Amino acid sequence: MEILVCVKRVPDTAENEIEMNSAGNDIERDDLVYSVNEWDNYAVEEAIQIVDKVGGSVTVVTVGDEDSDEILRREMAMGAEKGLLATDDAFSGSDCKGIATILKGVVAKGQYDLIMTGAQADEGYGAVGGMLAAMMDVPYASLVNKVDVQDGKLVIGREIQGGSQEMNEITLPCVLSIQTGINEPRYVGIRGIRKVSSVEIPELSASDLGVDAGSVGEAAAKVKKVDYFVPEKGEGAEMLEGSTDEIIEKLIEILKANGGLK
Amino acid sequence: MAQIYAYIEHHDGVLDDTAMELVVAGKKIAAGPVTAIVTGSGIDAVASEAAKIYPEVIKIDTPALAYPNAEVIRKALVNILPSGAIVLLPHGPFGMDLGPGLSIKMDSSFASDIVDIEGTDGNLVKLIRQEFGGVVSVHVTSDISSGAVLCVRPGAMAPDESKSASGKITDKSGDAGDLSANRKFLEIVEPEAGDVDITKADVLVSIGRGIEDQENIGIAQELADAMGAVVSCSRPIVDAKWLEPARQVGTSGNTVKPKVYMACGISGSFQHLGGIKGGFIIAINKNPNAPIFQVANVGIVADILEFMPALTEKLQG
Repeated sequence: MEILVCVKRVPDTAENEIEMNSAGNDIERDDLVYSVNEWDNYAVEEAIQIVDKVGGSVTVVTVGDEDSDEILRREMAMGAEKGLLATDDAFSGSDCKGIATILKGVVAKGQYDLIMTGAQADEGYGAVGGMLAAMMDVPYASLVNKVDVQDGKLVIGREIQGGSQEMNEITLPCVLSIQTGINEPRYVGIRGIRKVSSVEIPELSASDLGVDAGSVGEAAAKVKKVDYFVPEKGEGAEMLEGSTDEIIEKLIEILKANGGLK
Repeated sequence: MAQIYAYIEHHDGVLDDTAMELVVAGKKIAAGPVTAIVTGSGIDAVASEAAKIYPEVIKIDTPALAYPNAEVIRKALVNILPSGAIVLLPHGPFGMDLGPGLSIKMDSSFASDIVDIEGTDGNLVKLIRQEFGGVVSVHVTSDISSGAVLCVRPGAMAPDESKSASGKITDKSGDAGDLSANRKFLEIVEPEAGDVDITKADVLVSIGRGIEDQENIGIAQELADAMGAVVSCSRPIVDAKWLEPARQVGTSGNTVKPKVYMACGISGSFQHLGGIKGGFIIAINKNPNAPIFQVANVGIVADILEFMPALTEKLQG
């Protein structure tokens, strides 16, 4: 099974406090720590586990700039054999459809049986996988939390409301967007990343991918961010203040009053 | 202005609450009627219910749509909708399955998880979304000159509960076209019951990412024991396999209605909040901007790894 996993570099919410910038129109982007989108790690892990079972190889791809090199190498250290970087000034400012258009070009240059994305990402719309599948005219399933490879097809589980799982049969090739919790992504240490530090990562431009530069990038984007703002706060919580002892004393009173202590 | 359509989700013959919300979302895009689309098999009653909310209802009633398979419904919608249509979907497991691909096939724009709509300016509809778990909001424009598919967050729009419409139902089942699919629905697997039933607990000590490490779960359990409470959690704790799925609160887990819900180190994503139906909410989080403080009754800015043991100690006397 040849598997392509589409990954994305995002601000790491575990490492950053997201705050507004001084102009009040964007988040403060200086000094943000970036990492691989959390959902994508689950997709790469799932791809590696599938290949371990049935053979084949995993390729990871991202659309970005030279800064994205490190996230590709991190996923390669997990066990993806190849990395691809789709990079071109023309790609900058693409909306989801633009990104899907670029990825369709990447897919066309390979022979993939299965394409995976993370189900969503911070700052994203959870849309690239579904758009890519529709452009390729192959089936798609979102929020996938189980994959079972069968002869020429997959049996997949989707997460639906209330912890229920919707089981489907899907033909190959197809696109799946992977939900967190499907597996336990393996740990990647410094040594693992060092091992893949000299592996060449081919760079693919719009012309390499046969992508019309006018169909991607900011000019083609139909969906655009205007500005960021902090939502007007409602009444919000009554905040307990004081020393820890004082807070605890007040809290215990509140717990008693509301049936929170037995 | 293009015609606006709302896709109506229904389960076991009952309309989803989002049916009353999407009609409001449609009116925020433009004045004028919003048309409901109801698909399924044997759905006369559901279509009649939708007609109490929408002035026009399109019904696609065929055995091929007995289960809402997004691939099949996409085909039907592409055959039935005019080009340039604006389609509203609930932002959930179904909308996320259908929406992106539908926008490609309709050659229209796509936006998801919309929490508000601020009208239309020429070809641009002005949307509000949230990022980074609701810490910041974003104004977004979506070009609707060739239509749009817009997924609206459930619960974000105040519902129109008047049920005052007496809509006309049009049967378009014959226009749905070829409904074969490469993805076939097999079955629904219900979640396994766990050792605990958090939905029956009066008091929940619920933990999120702020617990930081599996080794710290014991801190929450000790506090819960001291309070006579049960430990529940948010999604990341289950994803990390630190607690079993039966303890997860949220739209993809359990819906709870305790007397007191103590959210410890939980930022308060809308998926999590969607699983809390009432009760007195106490939030403890070290980030004063955490969205949980917007919905909590009482808030404490503190590191739970220090605060919880201190509270436990006090309770144990």
